[in-house]
Amino acid sequence: MEVGMLPISASKRGKLLSTGYTTLLSISRASLADLARDLQVSEPEASEIMKCASKTSTLDLSNGTHNTTVVNGGQTAWAMLNEEKFSLHITTSCMDLDNILGGGINCKEVTEIGGVPGIGKTQIGIQLAVNVQIPPEYGGLGGKAIYIDTEGSFMVERVLQIAEACIEDMSEYSNHFRKDLQASEVKMHPDSILENIFYFRVCSYTEQIALVNYLDKFITEHKDVKIIIIDSVTFHFRQDFDDMALRTRLLSAMALKLMKLASKFCLAVVLLNQVTTKHIDGSFQLTLALGDSWSHSCTNRIILFWNGNDRHAFIDKSPSLKSASAQYSVTPRGIRNSTSCKRIKMM
Amino acid sequence: MAKKMISEMGLPKSISNIFTARNIITAKDALSHTEFELMELLDVGMSEVISAISHISELVSPPSQTALLLMEQRVCNESLAGHLPTRLKGLDEALCGGIPFGVLTELVGPAGIGKTQFCLKLSLLASLPANFGGLDGHVIYIDVESKFSSKRLIEIGMKSFPEIFHKKGMAQEMAGRILILRPTSLSEFAESLHQIKISLIHQHVKLLIIDSMAALVLGEYDCGASRQQALGRHVSFIKSLAEFSRIPVVVTNQVRSQIGDEPLMYSFQAQSHSRKKDNHATYDSHLVAALGVNWAHAVTIRLVLEAKSDQRFIKLAKSPISPPLAFPFNITSSGVVLLDDNGIEMKGPEINSIHCQGQNALFNF
Repeated sequence: MEVGMLPISASKRGKLLSTGYTTLLSISRASLADLARDLQVSEPEASEIMKCASKTSTLDLSNGTHNTTVVNGGQTAWAMLNEEKFSLHITTSCMDLDNILGGGINCKEVTEIGGVPGIGKTQIGIQLAVNVQIPPEYGGLGGKAIYIDTEGSFMVERVLQIAEACIEDMSEYSNHFRKDLQASEVKMHPDSILENIFYFRVCSYTEQIALVNYLDKFITEHKDVKIIIIDSVTFHFRQDFDDMALRTRLLSAMALKLMKLASKFCLAVVLLNQVTTKHIDGSFQLTLALGDSWSHSCTNRIILFWNGNDRHAFIDKSPSLKSASAQYSVTPRGIRNSTSCKRIKMM
Repeated sequence: MAKKMISEMGLPKSISNIFTARNIITAKDALSHTEFELMELLDVGMSEVISAISHISELVSPPSQTALLLMEQRVCNESLAGHLPTRLKGLDEALCGGIPFGVLTELVGPAGIGKTQFCLKLSLLASLPANFGGLDGHVIYIDVESKFSSKRLIEIGMKSFPEIFHKKGMAQEMAGRILILRPTSLSEFAESLHQIKISLIHQHVKLLIIDSMAALVLGEYDCGASRQQALGRHVSFIKSLAEFSRIPVVVTNQVRSQIGDEPLMYSFQAQSHSRKKDNHATYDSHLVAALGVNWAHAVTIRLVLEAKSDQRFIKLAKSPISPPLAFPFNITSSGVVLLDDNGIEMKGPEINSIHCQGQNALFNF
């Protein structure tokens, strides 16, 4: 680690270098008074710099002291595997889709879902916000949801319909499969499902960035949140940008923060994206919006599309799942298997 | 909120002065930079930047509401539970009570199918007194193609609501509540929109109709990116207008013909697609909604009006609250009338297609 990498202001960094403090060692060897005099800064400021330097150098030194983790905060692949075994999924209520996703939308990951208008993106978003609340007795997470609406397409009437259908399914499940649970009727009420969805209406990209920054604090206060849904991540970033490089920078910074939230609080992040047309090899093709560099930002990418008269979901990108497609349908009760009459069995 | 001044956010004086000195005045300025860029630009340490940004972010973030609170607000505090009934029974049921407040509803269809008729009826419904099931408010009707006909408006009123319109002076009062604007260019339109924004709340406006958006935009711009961008800006403004005044906004759109039969595909679909193409190469044109896919994403509800085998249909092509239904309709002297209140459920992307008989020959030259 060099002085150039210290997270301090540019002018202080310049002063350090010009007065000969080129290595971290030289900073840590200097006394506080010396450093303050050499740099012509006050002593509290100098001590701030020393703190930064020593923090960075201990990170470097940890090489030797720890055998298992090479760098602080790192994790071996073996430990990750063990953790993944217990990782949590949020069901989509469509068994075929759950199957290709390995059980549902993964916690700790950022999943992007895109498709043409009217294919059912918002429907999947609302369904997930309801499903995350299925209590553990029924194979769910019993968590809460954050729904960030950038388009104004969130309809409470529809949430109520889906919530009611979800509760019906749960009580049917308890009657059929778990006689022991029969005594305790499903205690959930549609109102309580609605109460556990935190809704944010975002009206500009500035607000969207601010909100993602603020979520860390919000979730610390509301520990039960298990899913963040942004519907859609695209809308504001598509309208008022002239500087495309700036847009890419802001988007990737936002994606990074979302990823951090996902792993820090062990929650799922679902980003809904729109489509755009792209000219490839002399013909126009559909592709998800926000450009090529954005397509690297998400862990998983699911594309929804029409195949004949059926709605299909295709796993376009995923580090662990094989690319496959599954049929789903949007019913009055929410997202379901396409062989519609068959009831969805819960986990 | 994005325009909020950093100097008024209660940051420590030393930090907020640095922001001002670097000409970063509003929250938007600050948040349009990544934290590393700010560190360089402001010449302060990372920890200060992070704490300042998180402070700014917290103040700029919109407040959270639970969905329950949202529902209580909408259902209890708003007239007609936040929907403007169209008085077409089947359609109203499918839409949970009518055209919802606060969102953009689009009517798309070929010329002469009845879009303007539908708009006329809606503007009457919004101006009706509350005890007749209306919104008892004013209507702003932006008429780009000069298709608004007051005579027809009164005729629809007379036939549909004789009990009101036969009262002395009522026809005058109802028609007096509908304000028609005829902008000739997009910039004029934008200007009047900004004026409307202020007057919406004071004037008791309950409905905004734009007939048609396509005429406005297609007339002025060539095909291409600049048009999409201009359109994008206006859409986001219209949407925020709808949202904050909590009124329904109805926009009409035209159709254009597209040569070739294959719809657009994703790259992973390409294989199966090329096989299909060999079998039947068709050069028929078919109709698609104008204004492109970006616009189609932006509207919340899309109603397609079409004619197919001598029958007109109104289809719920995109809606977060209702299944894909198609209703046969007819236009009578009292306006649009549904022939069947039980819609036909459509399977697949058929719901988005726009048929137009007779007119098709015109495009098939």
